Amino acid sequence: MSVDTARNADAVVRPFQVDIPEEAIVELRRRITAWRPPEREPVDDQSQGVQLATVQDLADYWATAYDWRRCEAKLNALPQFLTEIDGLDVHFIHVRSPHVNALPLIVSHGWPGSIIEQLKIIEPLTNPTDHGGSEADAFDVVIPSLPGYGFSGKPAVAGWGPDRIAGAWATLMQRLGYRRYVAQGGDWGTAISAALARQAPDGLLGIHVNFAQMVPLEVLGHIRNAEPAPAGLSDAEQRAYEQVTFATFRRGYGVIQGTRPQTIGYSLADTPVGLAAWLLDHDTTSYQHLAQLFAGQPFGAITRDDVLDNTSLYWFTNTATSAARLYWEQGRAGGNFYATADLSFPAAVTVFPEEYVQAPRSWTEQAYHNLIYFNQAERGGHFAAWEQPQLFAEELRAAFRTLR
Amino acid sequence: MSSTVETANAISPFEVQLAEEALDDLRRRLAATRWPSRELVPDRSQGVQLATLQALARYWADDYDLRRVETRLNALPQFRTTIDGVAIHFLHVRSPHVNALPLIITHGWPGSVIELLEVVGPLTDPTSHGGRAEDAFDLVVPSVPGYGFSGEPAELGWDPGRTATAWAELMRRLGYTRYVAQGGDVGAVITDAMGRQGPQGLAGIHTNLLVTMLAGGTAPPPNPTPEERAALDALASFRATGFGYFLEQATRPQTIGYALLDSPVALAGWMLDHDTDSYYKIARAFVDGQPVGNLTRDHLLDNITLYWLTGTGASAARSYWEGGRAAAMAAGQPPPEVRIPVGFTTFPDEIFAAPRSWVEQLYPNVIYFHEADRGGHFAAWEEPQLFSEELRAGFRPLR
Repeated sequence: MSVDTARNADAVVRPFQVDIPEEAIVELRRRITAWRPPEREPVDDQSQGVQLATVQDLADYWATAYDWRRCEAKLNALPQFLTEIDGLDVHFIHVRSPHVNALPLIVSHGWPGSIIEQLKIIEPLTNPTDHGGSEADAFDVVIPSLPGYGFSGKPAVAGWGPDRIAGAWATLMQRLGYRRYVAQGGDWGTAISAALARQAPDGLLGIHVNFAQMVPLEVLGHIRNAEPAPAGLSDAEQRAYEQVTFATFRRGYGVIQGTRPQTIGYSLADTPVGLAAWLLDHDTTSYQHLAQLFAGQPFGAITRDDVLDNTSLYWFTNTATSAARLYWEQGRAGGNFYATADLSFPAAVTVFPEEYVQAPRSWTEQAYHNLIYFNQAERGGHFAAWEQPQLFAEELRAAFRTLR
Repeated sequence: MSSTVETANAISPFEVQLAEEALDDLRRRLAATRWPSRELVPDRSQGVQLATLQALARYWADDYDLRRVETRLNALPQFRTTIDGVAIHFLHVRSPHVNALPLIITHGWPGSVIELLEVVGPLTDPTSHGGRAEDAFDLVVPSVPGYGFSGEPAELGWDPGRTATAWAELMRRLGYTRYVAQGGDVGAVITDAMGRQGPQGLAGIHTNLLVTMLAGGTAPPPNPTPEERAALDALASFRATGFGYFLEQATRPQTIGYALLDSPVALAGWMLDHDTDSYYKIARAFVDGQPVGNLTRDHLLDNITLYWLTGTGASAARSYWEGGRAAAMAAGQPPPEVRIPVGFTTFPDEIFAAPRSWVEQLYPNVIYFHEADRGGHFAAWEEPQLFSEELRAGFRPLR
């Protein structure tokens, strides 16, 4: 970072266009077609994982009807760049608002997502007057690919956890010439945004998260030791207690990626269908919605093509292993993702009703000491920006209004 | 045998026959492997190392004889019989010695009957393997439902208890009226369940993994001895960093199943990542060409190839889901005691070295306890001679 200012070459921001070779597309189709399926699960629900019928529908559509070039054209219609920060190429989308005095905003995706999750919010955020807002709601939007994800470089050394990523984001915003900006994220994006707020770089005004890190440490102690919930919890706190308990003890993908990213990586690098199933199996509610897309049931603004754009991006860039390593970094740092953010920086929170942990207002207020905005949205879940882009954009407008 | 009730209880001879196109397909997939980037650490702390798996894949594709599974299994008497709706595959090797003690041995995960092939000789034919005629066993080695050439249960409920019941029926069907049972890993869970069920004819059990401690179902004693403290630390370390495969298979066997059926390298990576000790031993075999004991490249690939060719990665994983479901349904209700005699061998490199005190706390009637000099999680596979000697000694009081 000090190196950046010393060596001008590093500070270069290079335009970037996606261009996947045709043979990679042919090879992907070949692998999907040669898929060797397991037997059907002996249950009638998702209790043993992603269901065979869903994966069959997905594989059929992916191999025969899906068009990656459409996704590529969509990405290439947006201004994309690469710039080297802290030894790593960072890929990002950068869309300036036509309105002057737009508020610069950096949005971080999570896992199993990518920049694909955020494409639908770019228009409402940068061009609010066409999307139910006023000029005063406009944002300049920066959407980076996390290190190890998508078209960003894959870290070749350990240490790229949320703190180091946040440091890179501060450099990125500075390099783009932004002197006042805000940050946003859910999933890993919430940890990165909180880390950025803790570092409080020059220019950062506040953050908004759609996944609140808010469990009090003493409550977390009960969860870790598999003890009953502490006495006196409200209904909302009790529900969050149960949701975090489930997330801690019943989510194999989190434990595997946190301890064995390389082992699961062999699967995710070699079998597209194995990769697609792994990425679908995030949380029960989002899985059920995403699975139904392949049976023809709509899910907010998300389409089958969106899901496969995201999956194909992981496949073509062969980044599922490097992406999984972010969980390992968190485990190594010893942090708990759900623990109270304990943050004094200005922070705004939106709770989406189908998120897998519903942050109670009480715990959220204890975790974010300077809570400038709190709202429970009417619709949306873990992939809120993807699923409810208009509502999500409205939340960001409202959340950051006081910081303009 | 049960020739009088042939229709229901028929036992058919079984031979493995591998289709050439399945072998070609495996070779094709190995040649087309796409690898992830190398791990960022110099050890196994991010999982199976790239150099290990690449060495395995090279040997598998270039030097390994894909028909070894067929040759080795068909050299032994194999059978299938349908029990409780599932076709059970088993090896059945009778001793040339009269008065041999019938013994049913159950493999674990990520194992199969392959891990037990090298104990067949020492157990059934002891006089050729450093033992005496009175050490002889008649040996039954079944494939657990969902594994190898056994059928995949198409309905729920095939938890370890149900498999234990099926094993008692298998021994009854084979005409054995007095027998013993042995197992490690998942095989220890099933054998422990047999001990609790106490079917007629079962004279005793021996296990080499203290399963209830592994599952965390038994509270550790207060004021642990240094030995107990070491075992507790090893257990804590396993739960902290080695538990992912267990949790994934216990909760999402279908999800991981897609990769295990579609990519031989994914399957091999998943199966290699069991416990620290066995991983490093296996890595030595492939990377340095220095196998530990009997854990040779060929033996290891026999097992992985069996999983691949039978397409049982998902169904084997599902046995963990069943185990988890059974445990959840039994929550709060202690299982019946094991009243029959129990033998136990602690192998020093197992996930945790069970102290005698824990074994005696768990089983009221311990007739044999010994700490072996060598061997780890796959004790029968790694040290077949030593393992066989443990079984001879362990069951001697029951002859």
